[in-house]
Amino acid sequence: MSKRLDPALAVFLALLAALIAFAAWLPAWAQSLLSIALATGMVVLGLTLLMRTGLVSFGQSLYLCLGAYAAGILNSKYGVTDMIIAVGAGALVAGVVAFLLGFLMATYRHIFFATLSLAFSMILYGLLVKSADLGSTDGFNLTAPTIMGIKLEGALSQRYKLILGAVLAAIATIGLWRYLRTPLGRLAPAIRDNELRVEYMGASVRHAVHVKYTIAGLLGGIGGALAALAVGHIDPDSMAYWTVSGELVFIAVLSGSASVIAPFLAAAVFETLRMLAHDYSPNTWQLSLGAAMLLLILFLPGGLASVLVRRSREPAP
Amino acid sequence: MSTASSRSAAAVLQARNLRKQFGAVTAAGDISVGIERLSVTGLIGSNGAGKTTFVNMITGYLKPDSGTIEFDGRDITTLTPRAITRLGIARSFQIPQLYDALSVEENILVALGTAARNGQLGPATAPRGQASRLARQQEEQALAQILSQFQLRDYRVRLARVLPQGVRKALDIALAMVARPQVLLLDEPTSGVSSEEKFAIMDMIMTALAQQGVTTLFVEHDMEVVSRYAQRVLAFYDGRVIADGEPKRVLQDDDVRRYVVGMSHAAPAGARSHA
Ligand SMILES: Nc1ncnc2c1ncn2[C@@H]1O[C@H](COP(=O)(O)OP(=O)(O)OP(=O)(O)O)[C@@H](O)[C@H]1O
Ligand SMILES: [Mg+2]
Repeated sequence: MSKRLDPALAVFLALLAALIAFAAWLPAWAQSLLSIALATGMVVLGLTLLMRTGLVSFGQSLYLCLGAYAAGILNSKYGVTDMIIAVGAGALVAGVVAFLLGFLMATYRHIFFATLSLAFSMILYGLLVKSADLGSTDGFNLTAPTIMGIKLEGALSQRYKLILGAVLAAIATIGLWRYLRTPLGRLAPAIRDNELRVEYMGASVRHAVHVKYTIAGLLGGIGGALAALAVGHIDPDSMAYWTVSGELVFIAVLSGSASVIAPFLAAAVFETLRMLAHDYSPNTWQLSLGAAMLLLILFLPGGLASVLVRRSREPAP
Repeated sequence: MSTASSRSAAAVLQARNLRKQFGAVTAAGDISVGIERLSVTGLIGSNGAGKTTFVNMITGYLKPDSGTIEFDGRDITTLTPRAITRLGIARSFQIPQLYDALSVEENILVALGTAARNGQLGPATAPRGQASRLARQQEEQALAQILSQFQLRDYRVRLARVLPQGVRKALDIALAMVARPQVLLLDEPTSGVSSEEKFAIMDMIMTALAQQGVTTLFVEHDMEVVSRYAQRVLAFYDGRVIADGEPKRVLQDDDVRRYVVGMSHAAPAGARSHA
C-alpha cells in the first residue's frame, strides 16, 4: 500500500484540470455529456465503495434522487439558485438519510442488503409519484442556477456546471483514495473476505459498514444534485425508478471497485454508448447494452479498474 | 478421576464452573480453570472433547450456559469477541481465518491499522485515522518485525489464498499477535502441518511469544509437541478437565492414557491392561 499518489489518479486529476481550463472550447453536447458522466460517476463511486466491502446496493437511486430533489426543491420552490448550495443540500439530505438507514442496512448482507436497498428506493419513488406539489410523475424544471451571486445564462451556465462537476470529482477521488488508506478504509476488502477475523481483530464490522454506507449515500446525493443541475429537470422515473439503480449497478460493474477513477471513466463510456445507441439504433439500444455487458463480464470481469490498477504481486504458483 | 484444580493465585484468566450444552452433547461440563500470568498451557483431548468450545467461550464467540470468565479480575463472560480482543485476549483458529484475497502484507496492515486505532500499539501512535509520518514509520517497523518473527518475509506479496498450510497457520497467529495481546489462545497451531515441520513452527511461535511476554494456551494433539512446549497441561474429555498439572505427570495419568493419548496417539503397550 504505497502512500504516494497513484499515477492513474494523478493523470485523472490532470485531465480534470484540462477539462476545467478548456471547457469553453468544448461543443455543447460534449459539455452536457461530460456533466452527466461526472454526476453519474459520483454516485457510482459510492456504489463501488460498497462493492469493495462486498455489498451490492440495488437501490442507490434513492440517494441520487434525494440529492436531485433537495437541489431541485431549493432551486425552484425556494428560489435558492446557487449551485454550490444546491450540491451541499443534496449531500446533506442524502448523507443524513444514509446515516439513519445505515443503522438498519449495516446489519444486512448479500441479497437481503440488495433487496432492502431496492425497497427503500421504491418507497421514495412511490412517495414522489403521489406528490402533486412536486409534479408527480412529470416532475418539474429547475430555473437557471447562479454561482456565488453571479447569474449564469445559456452557455456560461453549462460551462460552470461542468466545472463544478470536475472540481467535485477531483475532491471526491482524492478524498476516497485517502480514506481507503486509513485503518477504517482498509477494512473494506477485509470485511468482504472475512467478517469473523475483522471482529477478532477488535474492529466493528457493523460500524465500518455503516460509515461506508453513509459515505456512499453522501456521494449519491452530490451526484444527484449535479445531475439535476446538468439536466435542468427532475422526475421520479429518471431519478428513483428501479431501472435507474440497475443502470448504476451496470456502470459499477463496468467500472470495477479497485480504482477510484474508474467509476467516472465507466460513466463516461456508458453515457457515450447510450448517446450513440440512441442516435444510431434507437429501437435496439437495450440490446446493444446487453451485448456490451456480456462482453464485459467475459473479458474484463474486474472492470475498467482492473486495467488501471496493476498489483505488484507474484502470480499464483 | 483426578479433578481439575483451579489455581486462583495470580491468575490472569479465571474460568469458573463453565457449562455449555449442544443438545445432548456436553461440550463443557463444569470447567473451572485458572491460568497464571506468562504461563504456557497445553490443552489436549480427543476429537470432540471440548477444547475449541473452551477457547470459543473464553474469547466470547460462544456464551456459556452458566459459569463466569474473569480476565485480570474483570468479568468478561458476556462480552463480544471484539470487546475481548480489545481488552487483550487474542486467538488463532483451528482453520486459519485470513483475508484470502489480500496479500500477506495487506493482511498484516489491516490488523496493524485496527490495532493502532484501538490504541494497542502503544502511546506514541498517532490519533485515530491520522496517517502522520511518525505513525507510518511505526507501521513499517511493526510490519517488518512481524514478517520476520513469523518468517513471512518471502511471502510478503503473495495472496493469502495461495499460501501453504504451515504459512497460513503462521499468518493466522501473526494476525492475532499484531494487537500485542496479554493472553493468546492457539487452536491447533500445527494441525495440517507435516510432523517434521511441527517443531520448527512451534519454535518460531514460542520465540515470538516469549519476546512479547504473552500468556499462552495452545490446543495440540501431538504429545511430543505438548511435552516439549507446555509448562502445564489440561486434559479434556467429554467436556470436562480430567487431568491438570505438569506435562510429565498428566501424560502418565491413567485416565489421560485411556481417554486422550490412547485415542489420538499410539499408547504404550500395556496401557490398555489397566482398564
Ligand atoms: N456450534 C456447535 N453446535 C453444535 N455442536 C457443537 C458446536 N460446537 C461444538 N459442538 C460439539 O461440542 C463437542 C465439543 O466440540 P469441540 O469443537 O469443542 O471439540 P474439540 O475438542 O475442539 O475437538 P477437535 O479436536 O475435533 O477440534 C463436539 O461434540 C461438537 O460436535
Ligand atoms: Mg477443536
